[in-house]
Amino acid sequence: LAGRKSYSSEARVITLIPGDGIGPEISAAVQQIFKAAEVPIEWESVDVTPVKGPDGKFGIPSKAVESMNKNCVGLKGPLATPIGKGHMSLNLALRKEFDLYANVRPCKSIEGYKTPYEDVDIVTIRENTEGEYSGIEHTIVEGVVQSIKLITEPASRRVAEFAFEYARLNNRNTVTAVHKANIMRMSDGLFLRCCREVAEKYRGIKFNEMYLDTVCLQMVQDPTEYDVLVMPNLYGDILSDLCAGLVGGLGVTPSGNIGAGGVAIFESVHGTAPDIAGQDKANPTALLLSAVMMLRHMQFNDYADRIEKAAMDVVKDPDYRTADLGGKCTCTQFTNEICRRVQLND
Amino acid sequence: GMPPPAQYGGRHTVTLIPGDGIGPELMVHIKDIFRTTGVPVDFEEVCLSSDLGSDDIDYVITAVKRNGVGLKGNVPTNHDEPHIGKPKNVKIRTELDLFASVLQCKSIPGVKTKHQDIDIVIIRENTEGEYSSLEHENVKGVVESLKIITAKKSNRIARYAFEYARAHNRKKVTAVHKANIMKLGDGLFLRCCREVSQDYPDIEFSDMIIDNCSMQMVSRPQQFDVMVMPNLYGNILSNIGAGLVGGPGVVPGCNIGSDYAVFESGTRNTGASIAGKNIANPTAMLLASTLMLEHLNLHDYAKTISDAIWKTISQDKIHTPDLGGMATTTDVVHNIMKEIQKTIGAAAI
Ligand SMILES: Nc1ncnc2c1ncn2[C@@H]1O[C@H](COP(=O)(O)OP(=O)(O)OP(=O)(O)O)[C@@H](O)[C@H]1O
Ligand SMILES: Nc1ncnc2c1ncn2[C@@H]1O[C@H](COP(=O)(O)OP(=O)(O)OP(=O)(O)O)[C@@H](O)[C@H]1O
Ligand SMILES: [Mg+2]
Ligand SMILES: [Mg+2]
Repeated sequence: LAGRKSYSSEARVITLIPGDGIGPEISAAVQQIFKAAEVPIEWESVDVTPVKGPDGKFGIPSKAVESMNKNCVGLKGPLATPIGKGHMSLNLALRKEFDLYANVRPCKSIEGYKTPYEDVDIVTIRENTEGEYSGIEHTIVEGVVQSIKLITEPASRRVAEFAFEYARLNNRNTVTAVHKANIMRMSDGLFLRCCREVAEKYRGIKFNEMYLDTVCLQMVQDPTEYDVLVMPNLYGDILSDLCAGLVGGLGVTPSGNIGAGGVAIFESVHGTAPDIAGQDKANPTALLLSAVMMLRHMQFNDYADRIEKAAMDVVKDPDYRTADLGGKCTCTQFTNEICRRVQLND
Repeated sequence: GMPPPAQYGGRHTVTLIPGDGIGPELMVHIKDIFRTTGVPVDFEEVCLSSDLGSDDIDYVITAVKRNGVGLKGNVPTNHDEPHIGKPKNVKIRTELDLFASVLQCKSIPGVKTKHQDIDIVIIRENTEGEYSSLEHENVKGVVESLKIITAKKSNRIARYAFEYARAHNRKKVTAVHKANIMKLGDGLFLRCCREVSQDYPDIEFSDMIIDNCSMQMVSRPQQFDVMVMPNLYGNILSNIGAGLVGGPGVVPGCNIGSDYAVFESGTRNTGASIAGKNIANPTAMLLASTLMLEHLNLHDYAKTISDAIWKTISQDKIHTPDLGGMATTTDVVHNIMKEIQKTIGAAAI
């Protein structure tokens, strides 16, 4: 999408990080559905369990890094972050390794997942590399901590450009920059200025700026007013989860991480669900929708539409509710039904 | 905070800060309603403008210090103007050390919303955190904003939350944070909440990460009781909470310190776009004025007015456009006055 590579219709190789817990089951489900749809891609499965490098630090295995660098596009299941093993979260490691600067989370109402909110169709775009997540904190004196939020012009401009480019390619009308420049005048002010400057170059797309609090206030009352939102890291973290909550939660919302040089990793945002792992109970919807998003990123729009339609038809069918939705359907049955419908729709 | 004692003749003086936008028109209604009800409160009106050049802020702060209590509208902060210190609204809260912002978000019968049976109290640290206004640009295009979390203020707000829970017969306090990312700052806040919770074994304590919390708020808000959090998360959750029960027009708020108290609308909106159109919902500001009366121990007057407000919304269903109705601000106010007169009339018989 924002990448520099042009994609042909020949078989493309995609890096697959199946992940932990239910990760392998839902990854297998996605692979099965892709096969049924005859998507012209090949999967290259890699393990990202951290290994100790020559410097004594834990990091992503070089094979996984090479695979991603070669293929540029990856699909990733949930990863467990071992607590207290001395290495950083794997998600963070991936973000750093591939400079995944924008996190994109479309939240669209799904028929069959009844929530109090209807007709939601929002895309949150979150700056993913700096802001409140800079990790710079100091204890000034005992009991007084200073945490630094870092906002830079290049990172702000880059994510703003991505947001407008995303809006253009996905036929979206409006980009709203979410900020708190009335309180953080310099940092959010800088972010906002970058958005305004980029907006100048996209005259066909409407540009809005709104306070974070006003967005929260109105989002829970009438989310249908919103289209594409772009914001600094923390606000994006919070609003992307809030928006996911509007349409049914992390189990049904996809996510994509866009990096420099065309690298992109698509992932389900839910956890590893260790309580149901290996029991054929997992719901693969979030990972499947992430994979659909990946297809669109690769401009395989026909395959994306076909798989998405089949998935949505099954999701709204009460006979195919998995345990997390109060049903009895297994992951296998759910997957088989989507495969059947993908082929019917051929 | 301790309310100031009444003056000679049992009357109180309160600093009135109309602010901008819908503030001035709503204050006029409050004065009318207080007069109708015979509330023994005199207002000392002070001007606060959004013009950063004007130094009215010091006068406003002195006036609140003199009277102990304020009722306040909002002034917008123009963020495109050059950086000169704290925004005025923030300055009032920090200089008066109004450390706790308290907001009750409770479902209102007769107001149509997406969720029902909500009753959440949001207690927000009001003086530090992300609102410290400490920012610098060392290199061009690279800005750092400092967020300050201290043990002193975290302990104080945590204790306030637990005391509030106990006094109001609440069962649970949830601390909201992002300690997995801001390990030192939010970590300190969370640790303080945990330590304070030890002194309140009768109240359940839990904690939640702000992103998950925001998702929970829109999917199952009924699970929350009292919530306590640093400043910015408070801003976010106050607005989510207010949105869930009817919007900025219905939720009052107060800012409490050990010496002073300032009452305002819960989400502190200016409402510039609806000013002067007679369509603003006066409920939030009116309820704030009744919270102020409670604070002054004028409970009967507070009850007379708040009963009239609830009756107007829930039974008479006089709703402004923000609640899906067609009533004007004055329609609502007149109905409230009518209900007050009924109560006063009944008492006289
Ligand atoms: N895709 C899914 N399908 C079915 N249930 C799920 C799915 N994802 C999460 N759940 C359920 O939601 C709950 C929370 O899941 P989650 O994975 O976040 O657990 P967790 O213990 O936090 O794992 P992690 O440590 O990896 O974050 C669990 O009960 C889990 O079974
Ligand atoms: N008392 C009220 N009654 C009805 N609507 C209100 C009330 N207060 C605020 N609103 C509405 O809530 C929304 C947010 O209000 P707010 O004044 O904060 O707007 P803003 O543009 O975000 O901020 P500002 O006006 O301070 O620049 C607006 O649509 C406003 O009209
Ligand atoms: Mg998150
Ligand atoms: Mg989890």
